[in-house]
Amino acid sequence: MKKTTSLSKMVIVLCGLSICSALLLGMVYELTKEPIKKAKENKELEAIKEVVYQEFYNNPYAEKHKIFLGRKKGYVDLFPARDKNGKITSVAIKTYSNNGFGGRIELMVGFLVDGTINKYKVIEQKETPGLGTKITEKKFSHQFQGMHPERQIFKVKQDGGDVDAITAATISSRAVIDAIERGYKAYKKLSTGKSDE
Amino acid sequence: MNKTSYENLTRGIFKENPIFVMLLGMCPTLGVTTTALNGMGMGLATLFVLLMSNCAISAVKHIIPEKIRIPCFILIAATFVTVADLLISAYFSTLHATLGIFIPLIVVNCLILGRAEAFASKNTVFQSALDAIGMGIGFTLALTLLGLIRETLGNGSAFGWKFVSEDAETMMMFIMPPGAFLALAGLIIIINQIRKDKK
Repeated sequence: MKKTTSLSKMVIVLCGLSICSALLLGMVYELTKEPIKKAKENKELEAIKEVVYQEFYNNPYAEKHKIFLGRKKGYVDLFPARDKNGKITSVAIKTYSNNGFGGRIELMVGFLVDGTINKYKVIEQKETPGLGTKITEKKFSHQFQGMHPERQIFKVKQDGGDVDAITAATISSRAVIDAIERGYKAYKKLSTGKSDE
Repeated sequence: MNKTSYENLTRGIFKENPIFVMLLGMCPTLGVTTTALNGMGMGLATLFVLLMSNCAISAVKHIIPEKIRIPCFILIAATFVTVADLLISAYFSTLHATLGIFIPLIVVNCLILGRAEAFASKNTVFQSALDAIGMGIGFTLALTLLGLIRETLGNGSAFGWKFVSEDAETMMMFIMPPGAFLALAGLIIIINQIRKDKK
């Protein structure tokens, strides 16, 4: 006997399955909401620790400060690191570039108070493994330490600048520079008091 | 364990390996196996989804009308993929960052739908679970092996441990997409030869 199924049965089954799956997803979402947020925060805090000038005695995460760059450009986050006396020794800025080879790159950049770059750490990137991912390696990132976006020509050598690009990953190298520059501009904007927060 | 159960469990590992023999799920296979760890993470995520969806599908197989079975299978698979995605980003955030878009794409992995259609919709929950575990392990092993080969040749490291110096020239091509095809082809040649000799 050939089984025929009515439309109503099909609708009921598919609806029932959808409701079950929605319930399950809702539950898992609620369960993982906190750990996901925490994991992200931890990652950022780790990055801050790595890029600031010296050990800090405050919680930079609690002093997070958003710097708006303009209506369409979005904002970057600034985390100040203070010494024992509460004086700011350096700042970590979470900045980004949309010009990566694989899309958006997010960096945590440490700046000294005068704007000199200390270190940076890549938070998120989707660059080509083995090529663009070298932006996360010391060999490339080390050269930025001590550089100042205004005192040096802040471009890759191919564009007539002072930065050694990664072989076969010039686009990724440019994106890092772009991100750092964005962070620097935001920092400058804030330190010269022209913050439109 | 009786003979059919054993057969269902072990079939996916070598005899009907989803990658080397059935050539299913090529997208994540070629896309994420840039390192052994990535391949392994992807394999385990797929194993989880496959196990859950196979169990769920075989449990509800009697109430699903035949006409709409494919949407139902996809719905179930998509649910578990999202669960896996949330869990990985909550507890293995570094892995999540590297696998990225390939986790949601497990939904369209032919392996999931293929096993649902060919096995889970006709067998009991227990047998389906065994089948999923076998296939999942086969998939994970294949991805890890492929990742290991590409990582070794292309980056000079194995499971993240670098055994050549930082400046050494490596065969970069194996990290890039053409290398994935070459490495996979090489592995399939070897596996086919072994299978032929066995016969």
